[in-house]
Amino acid sequence: MSDGTTDTNRSGGLGFAVVGAILLVVMPLLNLLPPEDSWFHLSDFSLNRFGKFLAFAILALGLDLIWGYTGILSLGQGVFFGLGAYCMGMHMMLTIGKESVYGSDMPDFMVWNQVKELPFFWKPFYSFPAAVIGALLVPMAFALVFGFFAFRSRIKGVYFAIITQALALAAWLVFNRNDTNLGGTNGLTDFKQVLGYRLSEPGTQRALYVITVLCLGATYLLCRWIIRSRAGRVLVAVRDSEKRVVFSGYTPANYKLFVFVVSAGLAGLAGLLYAPQVGIITPAQIGVLPSLEMVIWVAVGGRGSLAGAVLGAVSVNYGRSVLTNYFPELWPFILGGLFVLVVLLFPDGMVGMIRKGKSLLTQRKAAEEKPAVPDRKVAVSEGKR
Amino acid sequence: MAEPSSFQNSIIYLDGVTVDYDGFKALNNLTFMVDYQDKELTGKHADEIVKLGIGRKFQAPSIYGNLTVWENLDLSLKRSSKGVFPTLFGKSTAEERARIEKNLETIGLKDYAHTRAGSLSHGQKQWLEIGMVILQDPSLLLVDEPVAGMTDKETEQTGQLLQSLAEKHAIIVIEHDMEFVRQIARIVTVLHEGTVICEGTVEKVQADDRVREIYLGRQKVAH
Repeated sequence: MSDGTTDTNRSGGLGFAVVGAILLVVMPLLNLLPPEDSWFHLSDFSLNRFGKFLAFAILALGLDLIWGYTGILSLGQGVFFGLGAYCMGMHMMLTIGKESVYGSDMPDFMVWNQVKELPFFWKPFYSFPAAVIGALLVPMAFALVFGFFAFRSRIKGVYFAIITQALALAAWLVFNRNDTNLGGTNGLTDFKQVLGYRLSEPGTQRALYVITVLCLGATYLLCRWIIRSRAGRVLVAVRDSEKRVVFSGYTPANYKLFVFVVSAGLAGLAGLLYAPQVGIITPAQIGVLPSLEMVIWVAVGGRGSLAGAVLGAVSVNYGRSVLTNYFPELWPFILGGLFVLVVLLFPDGMVGMIRKGKSLLTQRKAAEEKPAVPDRKVAVSEGKR
Repeated sequence: MAEPSSFQNSIIYLDGVTVDYDGFKALNNLTFMVDYQDKELTGKHADEIVKLGIGRKFQAPSIYGNLTVWENLDLSLKRSSKGVFPTLFGKSTAEERARIEKNLETIGLKDYAHTRAGSLSHGQKQWLEIGMVILQDPSLLLVDEPVAGMTDKETEQTGQLLQSLAEKHAIIVIEHDMEFVRQIARIVTVLHEGTVICEGTVEKVQADDRVREIYLGRQKVAH
């Protein structure tokens, strides 16, 4: 976290190209080319699962902007993620059509709940573009209104964390209700297609994976551009000394609102990509606990570093996916323990650890080269004579 | 003190203000004002007051530790708009860069332009903050105990810095270090237990019996 701004400057180009090539070309090829029993084969399941992690990484980048760089802890990112996922989910529910269990044009849960007419707010979601735009704009608009009042009232620090957590709880309660007409506890599921492409086809999932990688790349570039701009430095300045920012002539509330809205938009984008790949969105994914988990991704990866946010989201989720196979009950404890461990021992997360390791190596190298230094001195003084 | 009718034009207008901490009176029924052109300041937010040309240097160094010295100055530079989007798309002009270069020289941090501000020494941080305030083009600078915690050499350099700035800016400094005050002050106002007890040139203030009693130890001045 200490030098978040300079970090992105140095490790930019090459790393981005290499990781981009692996995600965009190598992974899909490993899924397509090698025979299924080969060691190198990446199963459809694995690729799809990885696509989900990368969607989470998009959210983590947004959270890193607001928490890692600006120092505002939002415990409500799950809400914005949910809004994005539900927008896309609603569109996919409406495209199921007669294929549904009850064979009705209405979503199954509405038939089951005896809702006779499609609620008005569902109607725009027949359109795919409207769903995509909605998945981005609804969370952003929500964050704009919520953030406006929160930041105008100078709610900051732990109070902002608590109020956003309350928001996550409230959203969870609202989405759980059958009256909300969003599927209640069961959420939205049983999706069949997007734009006519069957979601059960591996090809469709591969395409969704590629789209997710492209969105992640674009998000990374966007975040990097923001961080490197003068406004990005204002964000870091808000974290370092908000009082001085005011006396430098800036209005911190506006900058906080900006970064909050951007992070909400990115969470919405993550939700938009998540829904078709996972095939279900329920209130369980948007409440207090998932929102906390998102914070842990960034903490583990290394806040104040964009690469750290991506790394954290992917590795924690991969760990979750593996470990819940063996010890499903233990996962919350592992996650909590991981968080405590990281906060206590590695406040800069995995990226901080890598950096520390690197500097240790260079120190050792320097120490090994030390004997050579006196010789050189002699040579210089001889040269002078 | 001025007539109350003119207080709208003042940068600071205090009337009968008392501030005390656990019985110690920091301000005791003080009435005080500083003229400031003809701008209305009452009720304005700090960032708006900054735009009207008043800069403030805090007692403890208040800089952006995770940005470089250059970036600290760049953010502080006076610009036509400091809104989110102009700042997001804003590019530095050659003129702005030249101003920052010049400022770096003034505050003696030329060799530290790309150093993380957090790793500067205490004195350097204070100079950086003074540099940041100057780049806002304030007509008035409020400086709170700039040499607290500085070495003698740093104190002297700070004095020279403030004196060179006094050519272009009005400066109000709050300070206990009498040596330093002697170096920089033109007009000294002495407050004791919240009350103004003396005002005038350094010589006049130093000759004042009550000031001597209070600031040069509590021994009685020989009669």
